[in-house]
Amino acid sequence: MTAPGGISVSARDLTRRFGDFVAVNRVTFDVRRGEVFGFLGPNGAGKSTTIRMLCGLLAPTAGEATVAGFDLRTQAESVKTRIGYMSQRFSLYEDLTVEENIDFFGGIYRIPSGRKRERKEWAIRMAGLSDHVRTRVAHLSGGWKQRLALGCAILHEPPILFLDEPTSGTDPISRRSFWDLIYSLSGGGTTVFLTTHHMDEAEYCDRLGLVYRGELVAMGSPRELKDGFPVERAEGIAPTLEDVFVSLVEGMDRAAGPVAEVRG
Amino acid sequence: MKARRLLAVSGKEFLHVRRDPRSLVLAIAIPVVLLLLFGYVLTLDVDRVPMAVWDRSRTPESRELVSRFEGSRYFQVAQRAEGYPEVEEALDRGQVLAALVIPEDFAGKVRSDRSSVVQLLLDAAEANTATIALGYAEAVVSGYSSDLEVRWAHAKGLQGIRPPIDVRSRVWFNTDLESRNFIIPGLISVIMMIIAALLTSLTVAREWEQGTMEQLIATPVTAPELILGKLLPYFVIGMMDLVVAVAMGKYLFHVPMRGSLPLLFGIAAVFLVGALSLGMLFSVSTRSQFPASQMAMAFTFLPSYLLSGFVFSIDSMPPVVRAITHLVPSRYFVKVIKGIYLKGVGLGTLAVDTAPLLVFGAGLLLAATRMFRKKLG
Repeated sequence: MTAPGGISVSARDLTRRFGDFVAVNRVTFDVRRGEVFGFLGPNGAGKSTTIRMLCGLLAPTAGEATVAGFDLRTQAESVKTRIGYMSQRFSLYEDLTVEENIDFFGGIYRIPSGRKRERKEWAIRMAGLSDHVRTRVAHLSGGWKQRLALGCAILHEPPILFLDEPTSGTDPISRRSFWDLIYSLSGGGTTVFLTTHHMDEAEYCDRLGLVYRGELVAMGSPRELKDGFPVERAEGIAPTLEDVFVSLVEGMDRAAGPVAEVRG
Repeated sequence: MKARRLLAVSGKEFLHVRRDPRSLVLAIAIPVVLLLLFGYVLTLDVDRVPMAVWDRSRTPESRELVSRFEGSRYFQVAQRAEGYPEVEEALDRGQVLAALVIPEDFAGKVRSDRSSVVQLLLDAAEANTATIALGYAEAVVSGYSSDLEVRWAHAKGLQGIRPPIDVRSRVWFNTDLESRNFIIPGLISVIMMIIAALLTSLTVAREWEQGTMEQLIATPVTAPELILGKLLPYFVIGMMDLVVAVAMGKYLFHVPMRGSLPLLFGIAAVFLVGALSLGMLFSVSTRSQFPASQMAMAFTFLPSYLLSGFVFSIDSMPPVVRAITHLVPSRYFVKVIKGIYLKGVGLGTLAVDTAPLLVFGAGLLLAATRMFRKKLG
């Protein structure tokens, strides 16, 4: 279910303060249905805070947001039925087995009994854990935990998926198969909102928001960002996203300049 | 509230308990150990007080007095003394708790119907035991004394004379005056309160500490589903503890059970919900296992031990303390459980004490649910 016009997530001047510290400062953006939208920025830029607000885990200090057409301020609990959320820590129950974790989230999301078995088998297969159904999660490697956490978060086939640093602490092969899955979900119409601080990973997103010190400093597709901000490099070498990001951030630090934005 | 979500939470919580040796020990082993310890160690009965006797009279009369002490179940003549130094030493060393000194002229005075005096020395370092022993000793002596009076009157030809007042006492409810019979039921309520509150004090806090709560509050699960779902397995454990405790009371300590067992379990269930909710309230409000368990301990152990009337009679407390006991749920349950065990009373009589338990249970459960916030920070 999405809002009219194919907008899944919409934020207007979304702000969150912790005391005097402004973690997220008047952030405005839209995420279209089926899009893979990435928030790129260093640690402490306000990426997690934004994702937590959008999932209804943190109340915004100011501003507005709608997720799946529900107002975050008044309908946070309705939002929670339409989203999947995977936190940085892959918050699974370590003392429970793979199967028990899946069954628990299946019960919490009240997956219809007709679909339950099919979804469970799908999650196990997707995570590559067919041989470890009765293994306790504590004994799994980082990559397996990541895929199991993802499986648990999308067991109920939510139209919107929020992933906070989904590939932190996993190896390159796990990362590759993870992105294959993200693309197949997105191809099926699922909106994916994720945060990352890996520049190479950001290249895989349909659109990106560059965040720094709580502010959205630029927004656009990786191509647009690279074309729109000419960066001086040695002749014949195309600028990377990292070059764009660094030059923007340096400019900001020098002048505390205005927010740049590229509209696609 | 959806049953499916509630059961999912319960099932998961049950698995946590089964996999965690720490909570298994807390749930099952500690109640058994506490019952064994308290059941065997904590006895308030004064039985066979060791005493020393210095009989300076050495007459049939003095020997009869001594044999009356020996004949009662409360005293045991442990030492025959010759002189005060010996009596003193026995008391100092703690070999005896009491000493009886019968003067040389005892028989002479008794025979000639003049008042005689015997001396009783007591070790009052244990004030409670000394007081009780003193009472028993006075009863032994005055019993002998009035028998002598009657004998003397008969000798004078005054037939049919009897002591003017004769107490015929009947001991009710705990006919053997066995302190264990009221300690075990009271202990059951103390154990249930402490264990239940401790177990639940950890449960929500653990999820906050381990980060799984962040995942959980991003799902549609509601506060009542989560709180009730988490209570359910601990409720089952608490009732199992009660079954074990009642069985130990019956088969190990032979505590008579006069009332209705279903009634006991019914009211215990209400009490248990209150105790579990109290621990849950601490867990929800602190979001941290250590302070939550400390609070659960502080708010259950001393109040339910000291202020519940489990051992220490509420009637003999100062008015201020007595007023405070009304806020201690254990107070009501101790009365209920003793009433059922010792007096065999029914719900009609127990309603007065069951009503506050219902209020505590419902109030604390509601408070824990209301305090739970599906938000970070």
